[in-house]
Amino acid sequence: MKKCLLLLKKFGPLLGSILFYALIMFLRREKILNGYYMQVLMFAGVNVMMTVSLNLVNGFTGQFCIGHAGFMSLGAYGSAVITTLLFKGTEFAAAAPIAVFLLGLLCGGIAAALVGVLIGVPSLKLKGDYLAIVTLAFGEIVRALLRLIQPIGGARGMIGIPNYANFGWIMFFVVLTLWLVRNLIYSPFGRAFIAIRDNEIAADAMGINTTRYKILSFCIAAFIAGVAGGLYAHVLSFIQPDSFSFTKSSDFLVYLYAGGSGSLTGSVIGAVLLTILPEMLRFLADWRLVLYALILVCVMLYRSEGLCGGKEVPFLRIKRESLYQEPLFGRRRASSEHEEGGQA
Amino acid sequence: MKKALALILMLVMVLSLAACGSSAAPAASSSSGTAAAAPETIKIGFVFPMSGTGAMAGRYSTHGADVLKEELGGVITVNGVDHPVEFIYADNEGSEEKTTNVYQKLIEEEGVIAIVGPDASKCALAAGPIAQNAGCPNVATFATNTAVTEVGNYIFRACFIDPFQGAVAAAYCEEQGYKTACIMFNNADAYSVGLKDAFIESFDGEVLGIEEYSGSDVKDYNVQLTKLAAQNPEVLLLPNLNVELGLQIQQARTAGLTCPIVCGDSADTPDVAKVAGAASDGVAYVSAFSAESTAPAAKAFVDAYVALYPDELPNSNAELTYEATKMVVWAIQNAATLDRDGVRDAIESIDGLELPSGSMTMVAETRNPSKGAVIMQYDAEGVTHYVATVNP
Repeated sequence: MKKCLLLLKKFGPLLGSILFYALIMFLRREKILNGYYMQVLMFAGVNVMMTVSLNLVNGFTGQFCIGHAGFMSLGAYGSAVITTLLFKGTEFAAAAPIAVFLLGLLCGGIAAALVGVLIGVPSLKLKGDYLAIVTLAFGEIVRALLRLIQPIGGARGMIGIPNYANFGWIMFFVVLTLWLVRNLIYSPFGRAFIAIRDNEIAADAMGINTTRYKILSFCIAAFIAGVAGGLYAHVLSFIQPDSFSFTKSSDFLVYLYAGGSGSLTGSVIGAVLLTILPEMLRFLADWRLVLYALILVCVMLYRSEGLCGGKEVPFLRIKRESLYQEPLFGRRRASSEHEEGGQA
Repeated sequence: MKKALALILMLVMVLSLAACGSSAAPAASSSSGTAAAAPETIKIGFVFPMSGTGAMAGRYSTHGADVLKEELGGVITVNGVDHPVEFIYADNEGSEEKTTNVYQKLIEEEGVIAIVGPDASKCALAAGPIAQNAGCPNVATFATNTAVTEVGNYIFRACFIDPFQGAVAAAYCEEQGYKTACIMFNNADAYSVGLKDAFIESFDGEVLGIEEYSGSDVKDYNVQLTKLAAQNPEVLLLPNLNVELGLQIQQARTAGLTCPIVCGDSADTPDVAKVAGAASDGVAYVSAFSAESTAPAAKAFVDAYVALYPDELPNSNAELTYEATKMVVWAIQNAATLDRDGVRDAIESIDGLELPSGSMTMVAETRNPSKGAVIMQYDAEGVTHYVATVNP
């Protein structure tokens, strides 16, 4: 019985996401959800990934990155170069489009992560506002550089990117991101991130190499943002440097802080709600963006910590005691005997 | 308080869901077959920026479409049957991501027979594949980039393309006897880059200096303009967006550039002259249309526009939207079958349709219209005057 419960707890979220995917696909087949809804859902998924990755830097490590769209654009262009410039029209792409797509996403993520380290090493020794300025400048530099490179379209942007990304892929990557980031946060690395956020000097005094952990957090976030950018490029099938302007970065900041910084649940709810809301308010015509902004103001006034600030749904949280629980498969820890007696 | 807020949020969501639901219902009936009994409603979708930096252009566009709506009086007659017609205006905020959303909504949910717009090339490029894949004819209004109609055979446009506009500007400069030119352009904008490239290619004189800046958020062009002033050119080309031009013209004059200024068709907004003030005197620009034209179709359009909106004169946005809509309406009236494919074929076959800017023929291979352009000029009061007509 207990084992069953544990099993459910471990695989419940996975089962839940598969069921959710099946439900969406069923509704799509029954024509209840049309292409419009699917498209909005896909953008919502990409935004969830971006917000979660921003949360890692801003919410959990306590740094302030305001150029996150820069990483997204690197990922978008990185993956589009692989799928469109290198492989488009080749036999290999026709035979194994998924392989090309995944390779593209991986390369996009790696490109973003590498640049993340490059930016992080000199700048993460800075604190607070100074880092914000550096990341802001970084976003603008990327945008300016992308405009100049003619093979990838320059200011005109890249046309004809194959639209490999469908709802299934985006859902898969969203779940993967959430799972990875959750496990990261409750690992010793995550503890170090949170320690840095709460008090950098104290963390330093406790022997945490703060610069190293900050760069690590920045690098992982950049990688996730890069993959999200790759997905974005393969949904829209057209990218342009100006799509990744500061306005885009600030969108993610809004999703993050409206949802609640430092909460994965908040990132998901914030990104999904604020992506869908402007579309749902379309019937208001001219008043649409007014009401959207008004709702944001209300949220911030009455819940300044964000919708889910400091809260987390059970499956995005790992309880402290569960870290010491017996593993499902394999041998139980020597000390767990003791613990279980106490709990029962 | 928290509960109240949650309640309000829920209410908004439920309300909007209900609105979505109710608008989805009739769409299903309109897209199914051609019922002879009750003439089905024909829906035409319009995509414009009604908020954001392009809101001004979007306003003119909606007004242009309104003129035709008024003209039709709510019905399109196809084969002797009066079909009620509905114009659905959708806001794309000038963003390509939002444009793709709006296209999906119009095509899938509203079941429109054709889409008019958007006005920006980047939005048309992003959303074009959606219309193409859905087999929904799309007439872009102001998307001047060559690649827009290369997306597929369902994508048309009502305006002339960047290279043609650049060539017109160059031809005008040569006609005026200018030997040397300087250019300041927005390297972040496809329109601006396209115009600049085409001008350089077709201009016989010498281009002395090219300066660039990045994005519409730039407000200070003094560094670039001062550098160009040192070159002392005979003409200055500003192939930039309407929100930028006013300040640029003003700052160019302050920086000591006294030469004539030539702009692209984006200069055709009264705001340019309003911001530039007296500096706009003598600024020439390429335009699709002149409100001073004496052609009967043009006069009729301007009169109808002024009757609807007494406070303003139609600009290129209004006129191009009117033309694009007119093309779609003509195609609906003359389509072999009243569906998306029929309308597409009819648009492709347009030959010598009388529009305010003159007689227009659709070039079937490129899906670009073949029509003339005019050169317009601002006077010191910011009023535009017709200067010359340039034909392709």
